[in-house]
Amino acid sequence: MAITNNRLTDQQYAQNFSDIHPPYENITAAKVDANRCLFCYDAPCMKSCPTSIDVPKFIKQIATENIKGSAHTIFTSNIMGAGCSKVCPVEKLCEGACVYNLLEEEPIPIARLQRYSTGKAMENKWQLFQRKPSSGKKVAIIGAGPAGLSCAHVLSREGIDITIYEKESKGGGLMTYGIAAYKVTPQFCEDEVNYITAIGGIKIKYNQELGKNISLAELQKNFDAVYMGIGVGVARQLDIPGEDLGGVEDAISFIYNIRDKGYASVPVGDKVAVIGMGMTAIDAATQAKRLGAKEVTMVYRRTEAEKPCTQVELDIAMLDGCEIIWLAAPKEVKGTNGKVSQLVCSKMKLGEPDASGRRSPVDTGETFSLEVDMVIKAAGQVPFEELVNKSGLGNKNGKLVIDKSCATNIKGVFAGGDVVNGGKEVVDAVQAGKDGAAAILKYIGVTK
Amino acid sequence: MADISSNFLGIKSPNPYWLASAPPTDKKYNVLRAFEAGWGGVVWKTLGSQVKNVSSRYSAVDFNGGRVMGFNNIELISDRPLDINLKEIAECVKLFPDRAMIVSLMADNDKKSWHELIKKVEDTGAHGFELNFGCPHGMTERGMGAAVGQDPEIACMVVEWVMEAATLPVITKLTPNVHSVVPTGRSVVKAGTNALSLINTIQSVTGINLDTLVPNPYVAGKSVFGGYCGPAVKPIALKMLTTIAQDDLTKTVPISGIGGISTWKDAVEFMLLGASNVQVCTAAMKHGFRIVEDMCEGLNNWMDEKGFKTLDDFIGRSVNTITHWEDLDINYHHIAKINQDKCIHCGLCYIACEDTSHQSINLEYGKPYNKYTIKEEECVGCNLCQLVCPVDDCITMEEHRVAPEYINWVEWQKRGLPLNDH
Repeated sequence: MAITNNRLTDQQYAQNFSDIHPPYENITAAKVDANRCLFCYDAPCMKSCPTSIDVPKFIKQIATENIKGSAHTIFTSNIMGAGCSKVCPVEKLCEGACVYNLLEEEPIPIARLQRYSTGKAMENKWQLFQRKPSSGKKVAIIGAGPAGLSCAHVLSREGIDITIYEKESKGGGLMTYGIAAYKVTPQFCEDEVNYITAIGGIKIKYNQELGKNISLAELQKNFDAVYMGIGVGVARQLDIPGEDLGGVEDAISFIYNIRDKGYASVPVGDKVAVIGMGMTAIDAATQAKRLGAKEVTMVYRRTEAEKPCTQVELDIAMLDGCEIIWLAAPKEVKGTNGKVSQLVCSKMKLGEPDASGRRSPVDTGETFSLEVDMVIKAAGQVPFEELVNKSGLGNKNGKLVIDKSCATNIKGVFAGGDVVNGGKEVVDAVQAGKDGAAAILKYIGVTK
Repeated sequence: MADISSNFLGIKSPNPYWLASAPPTDKKYNVLRAFEAGWGGVVWKTLGSQVKNVSSRYSAVDFNGGRVMGFNNIELISDRPLDINLKEIAECVKLFPDRAMIVSLMADNDKKSWHELIKKVEDTGAHGFELNFGCPHGMTERGMGAAVGQDPEIACMVVEWVMEAATLPVITKLTPNVHSVVPTGRSVVKAGTNALSLINTIQSVTGINLDTLVPNPYVAGKSVFGGYCGPAVKPIALKMLTTIAQDDLTKTVPISGIGGISTWKDAVEFMLLGASNVQVCTAAMKHGFRIVEDMCEGLNNWMDEKGFKTLDDFIGRSVNTITHWEDLDINYHHIAKINQDKCIHCGLCYIACEDTSHQSINLEYGKPYNKYTIKEEECVGCNLCQLVCPVDDCITMEEHRVAPEYINWVEWQKRGLPLNDH
């Protein structure tokens, strides 16, 4: 057993990481589905979208072959509508609410239709928004992820000059660095950032990290307002013995490497254990398998009923051949010569409901061991607690506390997205960015 | 099993489905394929005057993703040599003696031409004639087709010429491009036609190419009004059929119903409004001759369910249910009811009623699903909500009479009952 890279041929990598949701080949195909849409009033799909995209309208516009209008409808509500069409867990959002579900019929493939219009817009570089003349107001945004980009686009449309400070060398945040490559490619993410900033008035300064290259005080001085969209970063520690052994890696950096370095250069074990059952855990497990791991086992301390990922995601993992062990909590990582050789898990049972309303796992005292050479931790991410404390920002366990108008405790500093909610979907962050922008526009006196 | 065989003017066919005079009945090859597929009869594409056709010839109207809701054409009558047509007609009659063979005619506007044409066709063994007084394009510019059908006097004259020469039954096909089909219908019945058929196609522009800005069908940068047909024209055809079936004189002859018939249901509707048989074209041009299978089977099953043994048991049964507005019962009232177990919360009933009708539906907000209920006191029973609801039997109209007795508009006024009181 060993952790090695370069397990597959280029052709195998290409096949394993090809687009999981292929787009419509042509407008005829898109129109077949578009015409099935009932054009609901006060549509459940729209109400189930965190950014409230007018779904019936954009689908109707595909049916009338007004693709520009369709893309405009989507981007007006969600400037990352192209990326969201690939990464949203639509089965629990728009498509999950489609009224066809109530007829036991397949829902409208809303994401795929959204992808059609937004894809055409990006391919053809349609500039669908006209930036107002510069108002002379300046806003700094920290983090070029979904929240920051969304905030930037709304503000730029209103004639605000934006500077985004991004600690990585690419924009897009977790869209670029934290999602399975078979959903969005790094190239797509780069294109999406360029498409968003093409409106003008948005400058992104890369490799600029808060607390290292820039300080909040400095930004406050030089800008009319500051928006914090720094997300969450640090992988949650398991706090179990052996966590520092070679071969224990966190899912975020594993996925980051796949996206940043290329498939062939990312090492993966023969037998991999993935801890957790969220979307990131699924993305790590499936990609470990697709990189050539012989066995991938996912362990989760609760049962299938409490899983945080959607059924669609779980199905992807199972179809990829990942083993799933429910009611198993990691207890210890054992190793030889400093390298992982075993994951010891406690067998759990369900007890009383916890704060989340889900029945909490209780240790039965029994254990079992998995022979593995790699352990990927995907037990959630924790906020940048130290960083926000140093900056004097009010927070709860590192998650920024904001008021109704997205304002932090520091005057002129606003925040939204994962940095506030602790980690939700891309589409939630986009909405947070819009809300933040609206609040900032009021604060700087552009709107009432 | 019901008997779906048909007898129209003594012309027998195993079912009431004839292919209308049109491209599908243009030559032996097509007609034999149609007979093999099971069609009861054909009306051979119009023979007569000398013509030359253009390219292109057809165009269509699509609706909500469905192709060919409506169809139009600018093709003229048969452009094949008359002697070939006559030879092929005779061969088809011989090969399928149990099927109806009607020949459509449109001679030049003189008695001699009509007499010569009729004589030649009678020698083929065909069973009857259909006079094309309906073609609305091209031929009209030469005073034929619809130009004849639009003028009751000319139509009468031509039918008289025909009846002098014809020994076979004669059906006169009426044009819908008139304010009413009844005057020409009455005129040709008086002149002796044995039957009527309707409708021919409706003059139309189906659409314009938004790149070239030239309407369809396109002929070298120009277009022309074409004859409209297909499912879109069915309601117009049914109305015109009813006026013929209700008129004291025209109802004395059999009627062959035409206009957008695509399914057995359409056919039954035409027959309920007085058609003895029906003719089909567009549906076959869209799907091929195989559609006749379900048209026969569906008709048969429906008749069995309803207890009708022969077509005559139901032909014309609905004619008298279409009345004058002033005879309608004002005390009849019904109110929409939404079945909450079937409702899928699409809101289409609500928005239709709220924006365009009587604000009779209540919206109770829910996330993601709103609840919709009828405000019974506001509902006028217009049916709009039921019509737009995508779920079968989710919205039903429940009878709530205002008063038990029948009262119509005339009586209402006589008694001085309240008006404009909603």
